[in-house]
Amino acid sequence: MGDLFWILLSAMVVNNFTLYYFLGLCPFMGVSARIETALRLGLADIFVLTIASICAWFLNTFILPYAPFLRLISFIVVIASLVQITEMVIKKVSPVLFRQLGIYLPLITTNCAILGLAIFQTNRGYTFFQGLFFAIGGGLGLTLALVLMASIREASELADIPSIAKGMALVLIIAGSLSLAFMGFAGLLSSA
Amino acid sequence: MSPRHTTPQQDLFRGIWRENPVLIQMLGLCPALAVTNTVANSLVMGIATFFVLVGSSLLVSIVKKLVPNEVRISTYILIIATFVTVADMTLEAIVPDIHKALGAFIALIVVNCMILSRQEAFASKNTIGRSLLDAFGTGFGFIIAMLMMGVVREVLGAGTIFNVKVIPGNFEPWVIFILPPGGFLTLGFWLLLLNWFQERRAERAKVREWPEGVAEGRAA
Repeated sequence: MGDLFWILLSAMVVNNFTLYYFLGLCPFMGVSARIETALRLGLADIFVLTIASICAWFLNTFILPYAPFLRLISFIVVIASLVQITEMVIKKVSPVLFRQLGIYLPLITTNCAILGLAIFQTNRGYTFFQGLFFAIGGGLGLTLALVLMASIREASELADIPSIAKGMALVLIIAGSLSLAFMGFAGLLSSA
Repeated sequence: MSPRHTTPQQDLFRGIWRENPVLIQMLGLCPALAVTNTVANSLVMGIATFFVLVGSSLLVSIVKKLVPNEVRISTYILIIATFVTVADMTLEAIVPDIHKALGAFIALIVVNCMILSRQEAFASKNTIGRSLLDAFGTGFGFIIAMLMMGVVREVLGAGTIFNVKVIPGNFEPWVIFILPPGGFLTLGFWLLLLNWFQERRAERAKVREWPEGVAEGRAA
């Protein structure tokens, strides 16, 4: 059990997907202007990551031992179609949730965090439950980074910043400082 | 939406600097930040991405009439994934050390939005020759941006280029630049610099347009 907890914690803060592995940067830059939307995107991320992790485990266990060179192609096809199916199911079962997730669900298909998760999970040889906790931790980490970023951006909206720093330059420098702060969590793992 | 008319030279050169994928369009940021901690890694990553981009642009523009509109994105992704698999295996055979250092990020070329955006925006609408020119230009632009990141990060973070010492004396390396935060900061500062140049050029152009007396009055 302790093992699972450390996987969750490490994926969430120590090796944060966005701030340490640079995965899922597009939404991190694009959708982080408001806390509300950042939170929703984060929720959609956790959801899709969990499903992707289960899929990747199935592929790795039952299919890929027979055709290792198809790994990348099968991952991307399965993940993309699964997100599509999930979208249809949610639309049917819970229209409210569907409306809340909105455009973010399809957008997540092309989010590199999903494929990154599947590949990391394979490279590290995680079991089913380890993979599941890795996915949830990673999703929580993405949400955390997105919400932090959105709060800082909301707070700095009225600040008097130099005109050359407006836009992406400022976002990148804030992300750098956030990433610097998250490096402090590395001590958690070495002390364990 | 009618495609803009451009000359072949524009197709080639626009991606290199004026519409540079990383520095101007902010696409393909994931590899540009993640693997640029040394010049060698950046170069290999740039060349691999260049190969995948040119290969998939060629194939997409050949099959563009055969692909139904509804499944075009999935088709592009499949084509891209095929080329990435080829690149992955080739790198593993030629430069195993760097392949190991790049790790999962080679496979992640598949979801590099720069490549998909060139297929969707250009290769699927233009002739084979022009798609190739466009892919060459954008690919070179990507390599240039990767090198700009890699050189700054390796020189400041380790004091070396290609593992050859370039800063004499007992320079204390700024380790932060080869760690993840350094990626964000380096790109942030490059953007600041580019914005500053652009603003200065705009300012000068404005001064030139003013009648003589006004410009002198402003300068004084």
